[in-house]
Amino acid sequence: MKNAGRREPNVIPGFGITLGFTTFFLCAIVLLPLSALVLKAAGMDFARFMDVITSPRAIASYKLSFGASMVAAGVNMVFGFAIAWSLVRYDFPGRKFVDAIIDMPFALPTAVSGIALTTVFAGNGWIGQYLEPLGIQVAYNWIGITVALTLIGMPFVVRTVQPALAEVQRDLEDAAETLGAGRFYVFRRIIVPTVLPALLTGFTLAFARAVGEYGSVIFIAGNMPMKTEITPLLIVIRLEEFDYAGAAALGCVMLAISFVMLLAINLLQVWGRKRMMVSR
Amino acid sequence: MAGPSNAGEIAAELSTRPGHRSLGASLVRWLVIGVSLVFLGALLAAPLAAVFAMAIEKGWTAYFSSFADPDTRAAIRLTLLTAAIVVPVNTVFGITAAWCIAKFEFRGKSFLITMIDLPLAVSPVVSGLIYVLLFGLNGWFGAWLMENEISIVYALPGIVLATMFVTFPYVARELIPLMQQLGNDEEEAAITLGAGGWFTFFRVTLPKIRWGLVYGIILCNARAMGEFGAVSVVSGNIRGLTTTMPLHIEILYNEYNFVGAFAVASMLSLLAVVTLIIKTLVERSGYRRR
Repeated sequence: MKNAGRREPNVIPGFGITLGFTTFFLCAIVLLPLSALVLKAAGMDFARFMDVITSPRAIASYKLSFGASMVAAGVNMVFGFAIAWSLVRYDFPGRKFVDAIIDMPFALPTAVSGIALTTVFAGNGWIGQYLEPLGIQVAYNWIGITVALTLIGMPFVVRTVQPALAEVQRDLEDAAETLGAGRFYVFRRIIVPTVLPALLTGFTLAFARAVGEYGSVIFIAGNMPMKTEITPLLIVIRLEEFDYAGAAALGCVMLAISFVMLLAINLLQVWGRKRMMVSR
Repeated sequence: MAGPSNAGEIAAELSTRPGHRSLGASLVRWLVIGVSLVFLGALLAAPLAAVFAMAIEKGWTAYFSSFADPDTRAAIRLTLLTAAIVVPVNTVFGITAAWCIAKFEFRGKSFLITMIDLPLAVSPVVSGLIYVLLFGLNGWFGAWLMENEISIVYALPGIVLATMFVTFPYVARELIPLMQQLGNDEEEAAITLGAGGWFTFFRVTLPKIRWGLVYGIILCNARAMGEFGAVSVVSGNIRGLTTTMPLHIEILYNEYNFVGAFAVASMLSLLAVVTLIIKTLVERSGYRRR
């Protein structure tokens, strides 16, 4: 840290070779293939490109992918906050165990969570059998898609909110309570503002992951065109039809969404850091 | 759990204060914990338990005999082979990138970090698609590869490349912040005293970053063995030849061979559990993610 900004001869060897290797490998594995996608789509006739990405089936898939991801990230914001709150503020039997299994969706292959969720939420499944009589059909439905996307997004929200919640200054809360503030007032005026940037970052991370998700969704989705067909699945279908240009066009839409999400996440993090500085 | 934890102490202290609404507070407390546990139970615990319950539904004999299937064995071998190639390569890359980024100042550094993280933001399907567009029949190198009878897509190289793309950032993003925080002082001292670059790395840097490295490698490995979307696009699903374990699960599941599908799934679930256990142990040893 203390050397930052000061230009002095660096005695550590290997700058040229490590930078060269990193850049080369990055270009070969990531940048060259991604540019192939963009150039493939750019090589298309513009009218045809627009036709593909605005076809009714594509639009229906965007609506589903965005809608379900939005709902899933929203659900995670509520429950993820509750989980993070329980883990940071309360002690209960099995807290450490719960803390450890939060990361399960990161480690569990998506195909496994896909077939497992389908089994549990199908009409005859452990949970599905109680929901079916209530008229709630989860599997092979947009609700099922949302459940799968909620599972894979959950750790993102919990893991970003947890450290932020630990940062909330308890003396501030105590001071407010001593001055006669109610619990809800303290929650609304002290806790929520401190945690908000983390909560929104978690929401965006969960949303970004959910929009592109494929493995855990296709088993539970039912995959009906126009109804339960997510955008990544539509890309796979186009590929199976050997419509490479069509797949590339839709892939470009997904890639553009990824870039927007990355930008949003970076901006949120900058905002969060600034707020943190001000509050100190 | 020796002694009261921090949260417990604070709660105990708070409850002794005047004006503390202990009944309401504990009601809220158990409500929040209860809601959290029900949510995690339905979303995490039930599906995970279902994997094992379905796998042994027809008894242990059926469970074990599903691993005798040659296609299942081929899928397990392919998954292990892919991980055995991808994880070491990405580990070397991660260490190299972290060395370059943490030890030196240069222009475009934050851009480089963003580019390294890029695969995490890309949909798995797109990650597979890009290699099909590059190496597929109509791709940039398709004709040349065809002439020279090299197959990349619908073969092992494609699976390896797609997996490498997806797991590309895992080791690097663990090591970069860790090495940046540790600073250069000890390495500078070693070099100044006449140690060589490799010696410095193995004797000074590596011991300091080992837990971060383990952390990155196990997560990289879990994702490499479990990747579905990207591999599914490049694999062509040739049974017994280009199906990894996750793809084989899909095939068996779609054939209503649930015992077979969940038996393979149970192995991958065990991998996930082991990954989490190692991760927890690494965290216990004092390693904190940055």
